[in-house]
Amino acid sequence: MSVAGGASNGRIALKHGAGGRAMRELVREVFVDAMAPEAESADAIGLSAMDDGAAIRVGDRWLVVTTDSYVIQPPFFPGGDIGRLAVSGTVNDLAMMGATQPAMLTCAVIVEEGFARADLERIRDSIREACAEADAAVVTGDTKVMGKGDIDGIVLNTAGVALTDSVIRDCGLKPGDRILVTGTVGDHGLAIMAARHSLGLDGDLASDVAPLNHLVRHVLERAPGAVVAMKDPTRGGVASTMHEMAEKSGVGIVLDGRRIPVSDPARAAGELLGIDPLCAANEGKAILGVRPEAAARVLEALRSHRQGRRAEIVGTCVAERPGLVILDTGLGRRLLTEPEGELLPRIC
Amino acid sequence: MTDSGDSGARQLKFRDPDRAAAMAELMKRLVKQIGRAPVSVMHVCGSHEQAIARFGLRALFPPELNVIMGPGCPVCVTDLPEVDEAVALAEQGVRIATYGDMLRVPGSVKSLADAQAAGARVDVVYSVGQAVELAARLKEPLVFFASGFETTAVTTAAVLLAGPPENFSVLSAHKYIPPVMEIVAEMPRTRVEGFLAAGHAATITGWAIFERFVERHRLAVVVAGFEPLDILAGLVELLKLIRDRRPSVVNMYPRCVTREGNRRAQEILWRVFRPVGGRWRGIAHVPNGNLRLRDEWAHFDARRRFRIDVSRMWDYAPPSLAQSCICGDIMAGIASPADCTLFGKQCIPDTPVGACMVSMEGTCRIWHEYGGRLNLAGGESL
Repeated sequence: MSVAGGASNGRIALKHGAGGRAMRELVREVFVDAMAPEAESADAIGLSAMDDGAAIRVGDRWLVVTTDSYVIQPPFFPGGDIGRLAVSGTVNDLAMMGATQPAMLTCAVIVEEGFARADLERIRDSIREACAEADAAVVTGDTKVMGKGDIDGIVLNTAGVALTDSVIRDCGLKPGDRILVTGTVGDHGLAIMAARHSLGLDGDLASDVAPLNHLVRHVLERAPGAVVAMKDPTRGGVASTMHEMAEKSGVGIVLDGRRIPVSDPARAAGELLGIDPLCAANEGKAILGVRPEAAARVLEALRSHRQGRRAEIVGTCVAERPGLVILDTGLGRRLLTEPEGELLPRIC
Repeated sequence: MTDSGDSGARQLKFRDPDRAAAMAELMKRLVKQIGRAPVSVMHVCGSHEQAIARFGLRALFPPELNVIMGPGCPVCVTDLPEVDEAVALAEQGVRIATYGDMLRVPGSVKSLADAQAAGARVDVVYSVGQAVELAARLKEPLVFFASGFETTAVTTAAVLLAGPPENFSVLSAHKYIPPVMEIVAEMPRTRVEGFLAAGHAATITGWAIFERFVERHRLAVVVAGFEPLDILAGLVELLKLIRDRRPSVVNMYPRCVTREGNRRAQEILWRVFRPVGGRWRGIAHVPNGNLRLRDEWAHFDARRRFRIDVSRMWDYAPPSLAQSCICGDIMAGIASPADCTLFGKQCIPDTPVGACMVSMEGTCRIWHEYGGRLNLAGGESL
């Protein structure tokens, strides 16, 4: 019996969608084992890799494809909305595999009966804006309407396709490699939480939702071959992403908490809600695994880009304790555990 | 984490790694001077344990120093009969409002969450104020199942003084910390040499309340705050008092705590509540450890307003797993989660067996959240 994951009691729970271990186990048990039992080949990265997307060799290039569905409450939030999220998420999944020039996107919309048309148009506008930012275009789509109460407002699904010369995985870490983060962490998750709980915080806590393909391309061009692993810390935040990368790569990771950038508003909201910014979602940040000798060069490249100004080297991969992530708080050390289930504010 | 602006300065004040390292050195020296091992001290507060775990402070403590978490989680020490009362009320069809943590606390046979799954109406609220707002919107009776130490009890008291709607009543599981320190100090198996008292509770009670305790038990008490340096400074002071065999009360949280405490809050607290004896889960019968509503407030006391029939809870045997649970020993400071065979296996936050895994303030829950105790000192560095 798997304790942490699986479909407990034969029912799907919210924790199975929270981006942590329970979700990975559910996906593995229900889908991957049944649909892609064979190991991956040299010419294809498929379901069994459980990476950000799939990749198939086409001639001497790789065709990368990814899909994602977006549900978020509230659909409009400080820093963005579900439309911007849907474009950024898919563009970023492609970029995390090294494919920074999205050839095309698809967009499917499911709307609840009674949804305001003006809101739908607002979402369309921000889809268009985000596409312009990413140099991407939606080339086909689908629209469905469901009865009142059958879904919660609006659901978007986007898929993306891109070509790339080389694929970057999330499992390429080796002992000695450095971990870099492209900017402040936790902003998206905490902004959503604050909005949801009507915290009414002063200051400018806003989601970081943004397409990252230009930043990634900028770095890959300036430091070719240096980036050996990449992933965007979305649901489950830095904590879950680091666990997944450590597990898949078979290394331990030591993070220096003092160097992980957190914005003041995010830190304040985190303290107030009792939510660790390291466990809160990001929608415009990436975590890079970099060979040690190239770390300084990659950091410089990141910081020379508008979206990477607050980039930092935040950790090191070690051979000891493979699969575990240790946080050095500056005061002491502890294991950084993955958030389990939905993040709930601490009450007392 | 990197900071900017003035919050950086604030952090530096209470989270400065250099000062922390210096205090760790000092603790090492003090323990050596004391010349005994282990030196056991106890804190009685979930927020202290939370900060110790979150900042990885245990890696800083000298190995001879044993910092035990005592009965510092109000949800965890809520005993079976109190949960049973809430469950029985809910099953009788009365609507219950309570803090989220209380939902999964196991009763004799079931928790409020179990009752809810079977159709009982239970609302989770973030504050007693929210429960009152809910009552105001309802026509039917609403019972607020209240938990928390004196800090939280004051808020419940203030709400009653403000005159809540007539359909509102309170099922109090509020607890009072000072008496349980006496119990723990007298436990034959504990060898606690000093206490770290909770700064927020002392903000209400004042630190003078510990003077009699110190006299009676000849044990040192240091009142400490909740930032990492607050805790370390508190421990340093406690070790000094132990080294010098000088049992006394020292207030290391003067920015919040005074000798007399918050008189107005105390007055509110005792106008509404009276201390009565009662069992704390896993600890013992604690004289004056439970807070119940005074007679003047009988009309807001769910225990007097409703006939609560808990007798049918007694027909069932407790679940077998629960028999291996050592929450009691953990809260008494005799055992740690690492000693429990269920910890992290059958007993996890999703499916807690014991109360310490339920609340965000429970020792087991905190240890689980932060990866349990592993010796992470030394080794790799950046």
